Order: sequence, then C-alpha cells, then structure tokens
Amino acid sequence: MTPEEQQELIRRRKGRNLAVALAIFGFVVLFYFITIVRMGD
Amino acid sequence: MASTAAPAVTMPADWRDFFALTKPRVMSLVVFTGLCGLLAAPGSIHPVIGFTAILCIALGAGGAAALNQWWEADIDAQMKRTAKRPLPMGRLGREDARDFGLFLSGLSVMVMGVAVHWLSAVILAVSIFYYAVVYTIWLKPRTPQNIVIGGGAGAFPPLIGWVAVTGDITLMPVLLFAIIFIWTPPHFWALALFVKTDYAKAGIPMMPVVAGEKSTRRQILAYSVALLGVSLLPWAIGGTGAIYGMAALALSGLFLALSLPVAFRISGEGDTMKPEKRLFAWSVLYLFALFTALVLDRMVLA
Repeated sequence: MTPEEQQELIRRRKGRNLAVALAIFGFVVLFYFITIVRMGD
Repeated sequence: MASTAAPAVTMPADWRDFFALTKPRVMSLVVFTGLCGLLAAPGSIHPVIGFTAILCIALGAGGAAALNQWWEADIDAQMKRTAKRPLPMGRLGREDARDFGLFLSGLSVMVMGVAVHWLSAVILAVSIFYYAVVYTIWLKPRTPQNIVIGGGAGAFPPLIGWVAVTGDITLMPVLLFAIIFIWTPPHFWALALFVKTDYAKAGIPMMPVVAGEKSTRRQILAYSVALLGVSLLPWAIGGTGAIYGMAALALSGLFLALSLPVAFRISGEGDTMKPEKRLFAWSVLYLFALFTALVLDRMVLA
C-alpha cells in the first residue's frame, strides 16, 4: 500500500466512523423523546 | 446471479457509497407519499411518533434499495443509467451491501414496532420483502409484467403512513395504495420507451422489448384511463372533499390527455420521443400534486 493509499484509507475510515457516531447519537436522542412521549400515553 | 465475481475491493468504502445504496432520490418520493398518507389520515399522531414512522419508512425503503442493488449488481453494470452505482464500480463489497440492507430493513421494522405500533411494522416488513424478494429476485427478471408488480412496492408508503395514525386498514389507505399501483406502469413505461435499448442489453424483459412498442403504448393509455377512475374514488366514496376531487379530475385528465399522443404514434428512426418525455415528466409532477391536494383537502376540512 502506497502512502497515498494509506492516507485515503484513513480518511475514509474517519468519515465512516463519524457517520456511524452521528447515526447512533441521533437514535439516542430519538429514543429519549419516544420514551418521554410513550410514558405520557 | 448474485454469485458471479465482482471487481475486487481493495479500499474500505466511503460513507457516501453506503448512502448511494439507499437510492436517496427514490427515497424522497417514498418519504413524501408516506408523509401525505400520515397527514391525510383522520385522527392525530404525536409529532415525535409521526417523525419516527416516516423515518422508519425511509430506512425500510433504503434497506430494500440496498438489497435490490446487491442482487442486481451484474445487471446494473450493463446499463448506462446504473453502471456508476457503487457495486458495479467496485467501490463497495457485495456482502457489505447485503448486510447493510438487511440491517437497515431489520432496524426500520423493529423501531416502527416498538415506537409506533406493530401493524404498521408488519406492513413495512411485507413491503420490504415484496420489493427485495418478490419483485427484485423473483419476478423482475422473469415477466414483462415486472413493472406492474413493482408498482405494488412503491404503493406501500402512504398506506403505512395512514395506518401509523389510525392503527387499522380501511378502504381509504387501500385506495391510496391503488392510485400509486395504477400510476406506476404508465409512468415507468413512458421512460422505458425512450431508454429501452439498455434493458434489452441487460436481459430484463421490459414491456417495450417483449410485447413491442405498439402494445406498450396501448397499455399506457389503458392504465391512464384506469388512473382517472381510481384517483376519483377517494372523493366518490366520501373519503375526501371537493378540493381533492377537483384536483384529481384536473390532474388525471391532463395525464390522460398527455397519454393519448403517446398511445397513437410509432417512433421513427432518430425520434426525439417528445410526447413520451412529456408524459414521464408530468407523471412525476402528477403524483406530488395529487398527494398535496389530498393533504390540503384534509387540512381545510379539519
């Protein structure tokens, strides 16, 4: 693997990690509010 | 079909490739019709639960789209329109696309069941199975009626949105299903008439290739007539007011008017296919306008 490929690999991994982190955080927030709403039913 | 070798993947995929797997443009139409079903339904839903229902419809559609592309990677590679998708380009591992699709599908159904209710979750699961298995794997490569069958998959979102609110299946959401079901063949065959060469090359039995142009054109007209009737039914049974009724009459009338020149002509050498392109463009606008009218009607009445 060339240094350029190595760099590209790290960049993509970072992007995917960030996307997964945002998705998980989004679901945490969503489930917090779903729980509040459902408890009120 | 899924077993032939894909280009070797050396790099881990970019997140955008996974995003592209969900067919974001199709998803926008799915989200729109699902939201309209939800807004047009009688009764109310908490905004958070309503948002969750639409999110689940979108995730389910994305999962089904990923599974569709996992299965059709070889076919996509042979067509100009789809050759740049992540799998034919080798930007993504095939198994990764399959697992991503299964994960999104499972997640969407589970969240829908837990947060909204299980009837809409079951319908969502059926719609994903219908699109990914019944349509993509089983019938699309086997019959020129594939588009008619595939239309069923696209018809689920407003039904799911409606059921998310009411909790039961009545005639109205079934009519919304029927409208999209009847709308799909003339919408897609108009497109297929001007891009048919690609499908023939990839071995997909599209109607213009199998039954010929003339028959396809007559069938477009038949469905347009049926669409005029079906789109008026929600009004006829008293499920909507006159706003929707008048809009449906005008929009479907124009749809039928545009399908007439398509029905009674034969394309020549180097044809620009203007009537077909016009009908296709109107068909997209038509669906947005009709469902907008449905929601407006309900908001004014309520």
